[in-house]
Amino acid sequence: MNEELFAEYQEKFTCKFPKAVELFPELLGYAVSKLSPEGVEAYLDGANFLCKIGQGVEPVLVYMEVMPDIASHFGKGTNKMIADYSYLMARSPNKKALIPFLSTLGHVCRRIDRIEDLEFYLQIIDEYVEKTQTVIHGHHSLYESPGMVALLESMPQLISKLCLNGIRNFIDYGARNYLNAPDEQIAYFKLESHDAKSIITRERKGTTFKDVERHMDMLKECMWDCDLPFQTFATAFDQLRKPVPYLDDELIAIPDVYDEENGVSGIDRYRATLAHMMAHKTWSSQLMADNFAPHMQLFISMFEDCRVEHLAIQRYPGLKKLFLSLHPYPEKGACDDKKMSCLRYRATRMSRALLDENFDPENPLLEEFRERFHKVMAEKGEGSTTQDMAELGIDFYVKTRKQSSDSLPGVFFDDTEVSYRDDNRYIWFYYEEYDESDEIMPNEYENEEKIVENEGGLPPRHYDEWDYISEGYRPDWTTVYERLHPSGDAGKIDRLMAKHDVLAKRLKKMIEMLKPQNKKRIRFQEEGEELDLDIALRSVIDFKSGQAPDPRINYSHTTDSRNIAVMLLVDTSQSLNERNEQTGQTLLELSEEALAITAWTVEQLGDKFAIAGFCSDTRHEVRYQHIKGYSEGYTDEVKARIAAMEASYSTRMGAAMRHAAHYLEGQQAEKKLMLVLTDGEPADIDAKDPQTLIQDTHKAVEELQSKGIYSYCITVDPKADEYVADVFGNQYTVIDHVDKLPEQLPQVFMKLTH
Amino acid sequence: MDISQYKIDNEPFYDAQSNEIELYEAAYDARLPVMVKGPTGCGKSRFVEHMAWKLGKPIITVSCNEDITASDLVGRYLLDANGTRWVDGPLTMAARYGAICYLDEIVEARQDTMVVIHALTDHRRELSLDKKGELIKAHPDFQLVISYNPGYQSLMKDLKQSTKQRFCALDFDYADAETEAHILQKEGGVDEATAKKLVQIGETARNLKGHGLDEGISTRLMVYAATLINKGISPVEACKMALVRPITDDADIRETLDNAISMIFG
Repeated sequence: MNEELFAEYQEKFTCKFPKAVELFPELLGYAVSKLSPEGVEAYLDGANFLCKIGQGVEPVLVYMEVMPDIASHFGKGTNKMIADYSYLMARSPNKKALIPFLSTLGHVCRRIDRIEDLEFYLQIIDEYVEKTQTVIHGHHSLYESPGMVALLESMPQLISKLCLNGIRNFIDYGARNYLNAPDEQIAYFKLESHDAKSIITRERKGTTFKDVERHMDMLKECMWDCDLPFQTFATAFDQLRKPVPYLDDELIAIPDVYDEENGVSGIDRYRATLAHMMAHKTWSSQLMADNFAPHMQLFISMFEDCRVEHLAIQRYPGLKKLFLSLHPYPEKGACDDKKMSCLRYRATRMSRALLDENFDPENPLLEEFRERFHKVMAEKGEGSTTQDMAELGIDFYVKTRKQSSDSLPGVFFDDTEVSYRDDNRYIWFYYEEYDESDEIMPNEYENEEKIVENEGGLPPRHYDEWDYISEGYRPDWTTVYERLHPSGDAGKIDRLMAKHDVLAKRLKKMIEMLKPQNKKRIRFQEEGEELDLDIALRSVIDFKSGQAPDPRINYSHTTDSRNIAVMLLVDTSQSLNERNEQTGQTLLELSEEALAITAWTVEQLGDKFAIAGFCSDTRHEVRYQHIKGYSEGYTDEVKARIAAMEASYSTRMGAAMRHAAHYLEGQQAEKKLMLVLTDGEPADIDAKDPQTLIQDTHKAVEELQSKGIYSYCITVDPKADEYVADVFGNQYTVIDHVDKLPEQLPQVFMKLTH
Repeated sequence: MDISQYKIDNEPFYDAQSNEIELYEAAYDARLPVMVKGPTGCGKSRFVEHMAWKLGKPIITVSCNEDITASDLVGRYLLDANGTRWVDGPLTMAARYGAICYLDEIVEARQDTMVVIHALTDHRRELSLDKKGELIKAHPDFQLVISYNPGYQSLMKDLKQSTKQRFCALDFDYADAETEAHILQKEGGVDEATAKKLVQIGETARNLKGHGLDEGISTRLMVYAATLINKGISPVEACKMALVRPITDDADIRETLDNAISMIFG
């Protein structure tokens, strides 16, 4: 750029902020190198304009820094568009967001290609503002949108994981669900809340582990005969260290999403990762880490990875193609060992060479170790040990060591990461006696959710919840904790039964009628057990008189049996403690009686039957209490649990039903029935709109229906007519006289299953 | 009545898993009723056939099902132009003319049906045809063999104790890998390497038993797969057709096994 031109531009740059003037030459130089003369003009116009909008020098500088790249990426009109948009933003209550907007724009633009997409991006931000700005008495925009700054600051992360439509959904979800909770909204847009993670996982491109979980479970079981559980960790959040799959004695940690890589689909990447870790589990033993220098450990790990993969490929030859397509291919001479540490580069090249016979065949060093490795593998096969690989690893390290550069801080990383390999913590152990392995390698990928005390219970399960306003599921919205119901005095139930002696006798009669009639005769069979004499005689007569006889002259028997599985889900929310004024009994006591009698009835009938209680304290803690399982009989233990029932908290019915359905689904039965015993509508203290949980429960009923489970509600709420039909359709009974509940419940059950 | 049509002329191929042949011979020598247990397609019926051939006795096989009745076993009156006529059932025929009567998958039949065999299986060795008013003393060569699969035993489908306790039993399982590979080479006509891979697939699927599969892949299905490969079908295709599709309708299991197969055949 000659001085004349520079002077011309300088004249055009009318902004007089000292800082801007100072940095102008440098910024201009870059802009001129990137943009056409016209573009530079537009660029300066934009900068001049921003200078005057009254936000100080900072927006001008950020603008001048990022725009050359952006404008050259999209072409004409970009400068003006961004300057105008910045102006609008500076005039709005969200002016604080201007700097984050401009400074993250570069990241966003790197991921999108067309100027229409950029417009769309601006539109998405506008939509957010529109949804969240506070309107008071018709005066617009008095208050800023709370999550705006956080959102824009998270934008680089979002755009790296989601497409623009995904971002739009993400923003929409946050704006809608946290409209009145600014703190939560900010946490959401800062990507700190669990919900943000769930939504990103849902909106992400790629294969989620959830989609392939069952498949992976079965692969693990059938190909590797391993019963360790999987645990996923989130990959959507750039942490200081990129999380890597790992294997330890208790679990297999695996990323929640895999994108396509090198043309290998997400599911195949999961398969490769699983195969690699399972190979370690099958063939690796442990080495004491303290015996080896850290650099040696790197090479030993690499050789050990290759050894187990070699064995895995022997067992499953198809794995070779999969591993090869995922293994990086470090080009010859890519790393300059005078300037950088090439440790990883050397290790990955060796590893590629061991896997791929055609890789760099003329390299004497690779050739030597390739031969040694294959010699060990040919001689010992599955009998080879991690120790053998330790020897190879040390030799390799000693032979290739570069005193001058190996410990340089700049490490060459390109093409050295083998994405399907784990971090190999499985093969190392440490001497330090007092350092629990947990402390050295904590389970760092665990969710930082609210931890709920759940002693003796099962690990929490998450369920989606239906949001009727957006007509979509909120992913992993509720957390269900299942535990065994505490026990009380079983004798109490026996005394209750004695009180209902008359009822029991009457029920018994009904049961007798319901019980499978062992034999039923089917007449008019061509082939059957016995000759049906009446018909046979008629046929003989027909035959003798020259007419065509009816050949259906036999009859046979069939047994008529019941094959149903029943789940009785009992609401144990606080309202059950209310006392009935006439009888003085609480609803809880009546429920206990009803349960006891129903359990007894069903036991007599011999159907598969389970009972569970539920209540909830916000969506973070839905309690599901196991009272009777399908395989348990109606024993004293079960009675003791019924006797100890307590009422507390609220009624988040949908989550409990989904959880119960997950057990009922596993039962083999022709008919599956879920009975829900409740005293009120689905509600919880964190759901302000009463329709939310009613609609969600309705959705749960539909889900169950599609799984072949028939849900039926028995409610003692006198006001139930207002809502129960919305939830259960016509599958409900309202019991008006609460004190009749113990009598009615078993009868309803028998009527349903008749 | 020509009982010799039930004789087996050519030796059915059978690879012994252990000493079951001697055990059976001893039982036949004493004319003890025998029960053969094991998962489906592991070679129970083949074994019984092989023994009948070895002993040179005719064998009458009845495949049991839910609808089978006592008269299907014993015999019944049929109508013809001149009125009614008695026809012997397979059990009566075997007892009368001295054959091995083999009741396959006996638990499929209803429990009360099987009571008719009681008198034949203890010291009496006789069968009474009450409808016909005849008492048959069993032929000295007669023996009763039953088979069933304890795998899909449920409360509904089990033998009565009084039936069970009339038999001595041989327990079968899928042959070990080496024997199984040998069977596949012999029966399916594949080379050793392919046979071993098929066996590996079989083991893989047996690991899934209880995780969505009721039964593993039987030796019989593996023989089918081997036969298809022998006919020129590609191994992966043959395995999908003969080993995976028949045993499951579950998409996840199918995908898992398909993947295992392509990994094994590479």
